[in-house]
Amino acid sequence: MTGYRKATLDSRRTFRMAVCFLPLLASVATAQSPTNIFAPAATPAHSIFDLSMLVLSVTLAIFLTVAGLLLYALIRFRQRRGDSNREPAQVYGSNQIELSWTVIPVLIVVMLFLTTARVIIGTQAIPKPKDALNVTVIGHQFWWEYRYPGLGVVTANELHIPVSNAAHSNPTYLNMSSADVAHSFWVPRLAGKTDVIPNRVNTMWMDPEQPGLYLGQCAQYCGMQHAKMLIRVYAQSPAEFAAWVSQQKQPGLQGFADNSAASEGQAVFMHNACINCHAISGTVATGRFGPDLTHLASRDTIGSGAIQNTPENLRKWIDDPNSLKPGCLMPAMHLNDRDLDAITAYLTQLR
Amino acid sequence: MSTTQVVEGIDGTRTARQGSPPFNVVYEWLTTVDHKKIGLMYIGYALIFLLIAGVEAMLMRIQLAIPNNHFVSPQVFNQLFTMHGTTMVFFVGMPILFGFGNYLIPLMIGARDMAFPRLNAFSFWVSAFAGFLLYFSYFGASGLYAAGSAPDVGWFAYAPLTAKVFSPGHSTDYWTLAVFLSGIGSIGTALNIVTTIVCMRCRGMKMSRMPLLVWLYLVMCSLVFVTVSPLTAAQIMLTLDRYLGSHFFDTQAGGSAVLWMHFFWIFGHPEVYVLVLPAFAFVNEIIPVFSRKAIFGYPAMVAASVGIGFISLSVWAHHMFTVGLGAAANTFFVFATMVISVPTGIKIFNWLATIWGGKVIFATPMMFCVGFLFQFLVAGLTGIMLAAAPFDWQLGNSYFVVAHFHYVLVGAILFALFAAFYYWYPKITGRMMSETLGKWHFWLFIIGFHLTFDFMHVPGLLGMPRRIYTYEANRGWGGWNLIVSIGAVVQAIGLLIFVYNLVQSYFRGKHAGHDPWDAWTLEWSTPSPPPAYNFAVLPAVNSRRPLWDLKHPEDPDSDYE
Repeated sequence: MTGYRKATLDSRRTFRMAVCFLPLLASVATAQSPTNIFAPAATPAHSIFDLSMLVLSVTLAIFLTVAGLLLYALIRFRQRRGDSNREPAQVYGSNQIELSWTVIPVLIVVMLFLTTARVIIGTQAIPKPKDALNVTVIGHQFWWEYRYPGLGVVTANELHIPVSNAAHSNPTYLNMSSADVAHSFWVPRLAGKTDVIPNRVNTMWMDPEQPGLYLGQCAQYCGMQHAKMLIRVYAQSPAEFAAWVSQQKQPGLQGFADNSAASEGQAVFMHNACINCHAISGTVATGRFGPDLTHLASRDTIGSGAIQNTPENLRKWIDDPNSLKPGCLMPAMHLNDRDLDAITAYLTQLR
Repeated sequence: MSTTQVVEGIDGTRTARQGSPPFNVVYEWLTTVDHKKIGLMYIGYALIFLLIAGVEAMLMRIQLAIPNNHFVSPQVFNQLFTMHGTTMVFFVGMPILFGFGNYLIPLMIGARDMAFPRLNAFSFWVSAFAGFLLYFSYFGASGLYAAGSAPDVGWFAYAPLTAKVFSPGHSTDYWTLAVFLSGIGSIGTALNIVTTIVCMRCRGMKMSRMPLLVWLYLVMCSLVFVTVSPLTAAQIMLTLDRYLGSHFFDTQAGGSAVLWMHFFWIFGHPEVYVLVLPAFAFVNEIIPVFSRKAIFGYPAMVAASVGIGFISLSVWAHHMFTVGLGAAANTFFVFATMVISVPTGIKIFNWLATIWGGKVIFATPMMFCVGFLFQFLVAGLTGIMLAAAPFDWQLGNSYFVVAHFHYVLVGAILFALFAAFYYWYPKITGRMMSETLGKWHFWLFIIGFHLTFDFMHVPGLLGMPRRIYTYEANRGWGGWNLIVSIGAVVQAIGLLIFVYNLVQSYFRGKHAGHDPWDAWTLEWSTPSPPPAYNFAVLPAVNSRRPLWDLKHPEDPDSDYE
């Protein structure tokens, strides 16, 4: 398993951050979190980061000015011991002053609006490059389905995409919809979130510069297990990505001559309700309600990132998924120990 | 300090209560159409729900204090945040603000009651019933998981999660009906308040002489018409979807999930202003009195309030920047949202100018107003961050947003409400609230508030979405959430001191007299508590501060307006 990469902030940004931020925000910038929005690793996240620095600087300046004036007024004009009983001079207003604190904010708003509009257009209204990789993302309660239409690959929960750099720009476009309720796709280090809504196709793109694992999770409340609808994005070098694709295109392994448990497990799987919901390519299992299992053993996690993909966890999951992820829609299969062992043996072979 | 002239001509004619006192008292309150009693019932009812929703918040904070916690189950957590949000908005925020409006507006405009006293009672009882209906779901609704479960679809109840197929049982119906009924009550009261303000002002009180509180309630109640109606209509549509086979929001039959979002947020965003305008209203009355100066720029304050009312109707889709409305729509709503910061800024600057050159008295109401000013400033600035749509693509639906709107709802609105309680309690009960307990309340609450809501921004910046019942330890959110939860405990202690202060001051507080704060609006010219008819002789006014004119005949406001 690859660990996540730490933020690579260049010195200019770090300096600006130190100057601009409240101490609170500065501690955020250095905080160790794989989902820190201030550690961008792809173009959309970078342009948001740059805009956010501007907005933070402007708002901090406004805060210091106004809060400073307020504090000064409260201290300077407090009632003191021994003050006379006379009321202070009654001032009812001043049109010039009103005008000045109307016009200056209007100018600030126009400046912020124009800058923001530029980033919106630069992210949402640019033409799609011809060589972009297309991935169809389908949100389910409570997992993600990924289909690569041009490549003939179907997988779940762990999205693999190629890195993209200035020399070889290769962004990934996600065309997203939902099979049931509204979800939202959010990997903070790569891009802002985009909602995944039934009866609607939304598009977002990302182009990570560095290989690595980027974490995220569903950001729109979608029911009982919204909390464990996690996202893992594996950015890979072009060679690694091509190798992954050619492996994922293979049909599921069959006929385990030297592994009787696995072949027994395959038989149990194909004769149980498993095949109603799960697909394993090259077999009779063609269900689409649950994740595709053709290459389950090649994944790091199960349950949409909820637990590590180990044989013990997998066995527990098949026995009663709700014990690991309460509210998940896969029912307990009520298999006996022998069948459980066999199915686990089979699924761990599906590399 | 000069004394206020009060006409108590027919005060002595009040008859003593007869018969068995407890029964008479209950009967009198159940059947009352007096705007003051109804106002107090609104406030008392809202305080009960404030405590309930506060307990829900505490349970959520215990659950989130550490990663992978098992204090409550996922479905219980989902019910907690749904009930907390729904309760706080519909059964705490709206009723408590309507309560103050009901109590104060006739007194401030020199009227003897609201325009429609019976409609007033009806609206209150409908709203009150709605709250009990919502909580009856804990016993009566067979929800998603078992018999008797509270709604768990979130307070904005996005379609199609509310469809019968995803939310079987009746918990969602309890939510829908409760919000629907609360909407009926709100529209009734709003209608009443607008009519009262337009038709019932005393002699000499032109629109341009109304206290700013009255102006802000006029804008707030006009907004209620425009915004609560679509929500109420949407609840009917949702019920049709669930039971009569219509498909407004039913995506599986071609309905639109985004349509619900529009309905909800065309209500939801102006609703923020429905809640915050009365908070402005309280601050507008309290800051001048404790700065001993007239409000600075009255016409600009009125214009800004009306401006906020109109602009707030064109910003709703900033809650939908991640929905995929496209670059053009996003850009429009960025502009509309940023523009609203201009009138809001005008308000803050005018409060600052009111303090400037004054003689600031740090009594408890003023201290809460000072808290309000700083916290509302921060909330406005984090609002600008969220208005920048691309920044919102990161921050939206994260704990940063939760921190932002709690800065508005707690840091601004609740602080202004506390100020209002300390300020008008003497008028309502005839007794002063304890200043010592008030200071304890203020300091504990402000410390707890900042521990909770300052630090709550951080996990949002670190990628923590809202509405998750637990989180992984490796995300770096644990420590921040622990601080947030500790702050919640400190706030809870402050709140309990406040409730204790409310009760004990009623029996043991200093006698307040008519006008303990040496204030300038008409409610301080009546006895405390005011008699049922408010004014023995209907007053006539010549300026925005009639009591200033009475106290300073040598230098009346009417010379300058």
